[in-house]
Amino acid sequence: MTALAPPARGPDTAAVGAPLVEVTGLVKHFPIKGGILQRQVATVKAVDGVDLLVRRGETLGLVGESGCGKTTVGRLLLRLIEPTAGTIRFDGVDITHLPDRQLKPFRRRMQIVFQDPFASLDPRAPIGDSIGEGLRIHGLGNARERAARVKRIMDMVGLQQYHARRYAHEFSGGQRQRIGIARALVLEPDLVVCDEPVSALDVSIQAQVLNLLKDLQRELGLTYLFIAHNMGVVEHISDRVAVMYLGRVAEITDRERIFAEPRHPYTQALLSAVPIPDPELRRSRVILGGDVPSPVNPPEGCRFHPRCPLRAELGNPERCSRETPQLVDAGRDHLVACHFRGPDAPAS
Amino acid sequence: MTATVGKVPDALADPLAAQKPSSLWRDTLWNILRQRSAVVGLTFLVFLVAVAVFAPVIATYNPNEPMIGVQAGAKVRMPPCIHLLGCPANLPQHLMGLDGNGRDVFSRVVYGARVSLQIGILTVGFAIILGALIGAIAGYFAGKTDNVLMRLMDVVLAFPSLLLAIAIVTVLGQGLINAQLAIGIVAIPVYARVMRASVLSIREQEFVAASRALGESRGGILVRRVVPNALTPLIVQGTLGIAAAIIDVAALSFLGLGAQPPLAEWGSMIGIERNAVFAAPHLIIFPGLAIVVTCLAFNLLGDGVRDALDPRLNR
Repeated sequence: MTALAPPARGPDTAAVGAPLVEVTGLVKHFPIKGGILQRQVATVKAVDGVDLLVRRGETLGLVGESGCGKTTVGRLLLRLIEPTAGTIRFDGVDITHLPDRQLKPFRRRMQIVFQDPFASLDPRAPIGDSIGEGLRIHGLGNARERAARVKRIMDMVGLQQYHARRYAHEFSGGQRQRIGIARALVLEPDLVVCDEPVSALDVSIQAQVLNLLKDLQRELGLTYLFIAHNMGVVEHISDRVAVMYLGRVAEITDRERIFAEPRHPYTQALLSAVPIPDPELRRSRVILGGDVPSPVNPPEGCRFHPRCPLRAELGNPERCSRETPQLVDAGRDHLVACHFRGPDAPAS
Repeated sequence: MTATVGKVPDALADPLAAQKPSSLWRDTLWNILRQRSAVVGLTFLVFLVAVAVFAPVIATYNPNEPMIGVQAGAKVRMPPCIHLLGCPANLPQHLMGLDGNGRDVFSRVVYGARVSLQIGILTVGFAIILGALIGAIAGYFAGKTDNVLMRLMDVVLAFPSLLLAIAIVTVLGQGLINAQLAIGIVAIPVYARVMRASVLSIREQEFVAASRALGESRGGILVRRVVPNALTPLIVQGTLGIAAAIIDVAALSFLGLGAQPPLAEWGSMIGIERNAVFAAPHLIIFPGLAIVVTCLAFNLLGDGVRDALDPRLNR
């Protein structure tokens, strides 16, 4: 089965923990067009300067409220949409501007599992074809080898053999998500972007799918960028967590540290909103005032400053509304984008 | 609960395994057959197709052969004569009478079914293929391509369709083929718009993004993912369009721009005898009825197909 051999990988980055994806200064502005002439009247700054590092073999959880740009980051990374600025390096190669033809070998190594299991499968194709699509596109193996590979991957995600000839509308939500996972994994990718893969599922099914993803990661040595807005899900699956607010990353660190000692005021507020299943427990909750500002016209300086409880506590220092904080290491691989919670400031 | 002892046969292990997969196309067919109007239209159409196919068997005479001087008692524009209904036995039997040239109208109407069905299907086929191609390209590639193609379509759409068809026939010359071409060209924008609209909505679907993530080329996505999913509204529009095409070509033939004598075409049969409408109404009524029945059949089928494909009306 030489034709179905896994894709070539760079030798220097094969080690677990080496950087697989490096994103620097990623920007995506969507134009808003209006008027009779369809001129651009404004831009939605969906992603506005994101730096991320995904290491081989890890699961990086990407969390934030809806509209903060998580999904856009995921799609930019896969080159499903074109970035306005910034660079994306995959396994050491700059893929930001690669033309389709040269991008194709990389497509084989990075896949996506979508949020909506209903919309992400072609209603007119038998799911065996949907799962085997990647093999056909990349011309791997002959028909028999492909069928065998599809069968094996269906087995791995817990689908029955006879399912291959059925159509997407004949499956339940959980089963469809398994189909979506099988389709993403059939090419044996290095990176899988999981774009809220469980948020459309029932809670009982969520756990099944999450555990399936974990098992597959262990078996196949996958790297996940796991996009979610549910902190419980993120805590369950992630090795490291990145918190996004309004198109920028606020804080990145290990899972344990982000839940135990969050530094960024936004992360603290986010975590204090997570319900704890203990009615006796009382804790201090950080309640944010107002709504998330519009990404069309984000606040100057720190994106979070108009709602920041820390800024109010410090007596509204001018620096917050003037200077955009960069991600800096506050020690032990704990990156924070806050002027007053950097390395020299104590974690509260 | 009864405990089953021993091995369960494989086929019984999962009762779902024995069930047939249901493809959307097959489901659609069943839905169509559940619509009463579609079934009525389809029955009519099967009948019409049978008439067209077996025309030489059904027709009693050669449609182009004048009976004058061949048959005793045959007169020009003779009204229908059916012996069973009391027509004198010394007159020759003609179910729908004779036309101005002494030809058997029944045979001409039967042979006309061949012409009209072929007109309807070829004209709409031509318009759908070109329209779908233009619409798919415009919708999928968007931007400037879209603008140029759709403004071109708007220009065609801006003319009253029959008037434009007459103009095209005038340029190309009279004849059935040219009339079909003209009606086909006039119909292109309708299909282009329908196709573009459904392509626009489908190309934003996640399964298209999934194909892109897998490395499929733009052309591959268009052909394999977008077009098959965009076809249903086009099928509805096309079925309804066949009736319109038949009427339009009949209208051109009526005006003498389409089918040329002696071809038995319903529209031209009416056109040639239009001055005899009061003296010999059967020459107008029978071909007219044939047009009405055919168009009704296609319209009923089209309505049924539309209802079957509309998810809001489904069950």
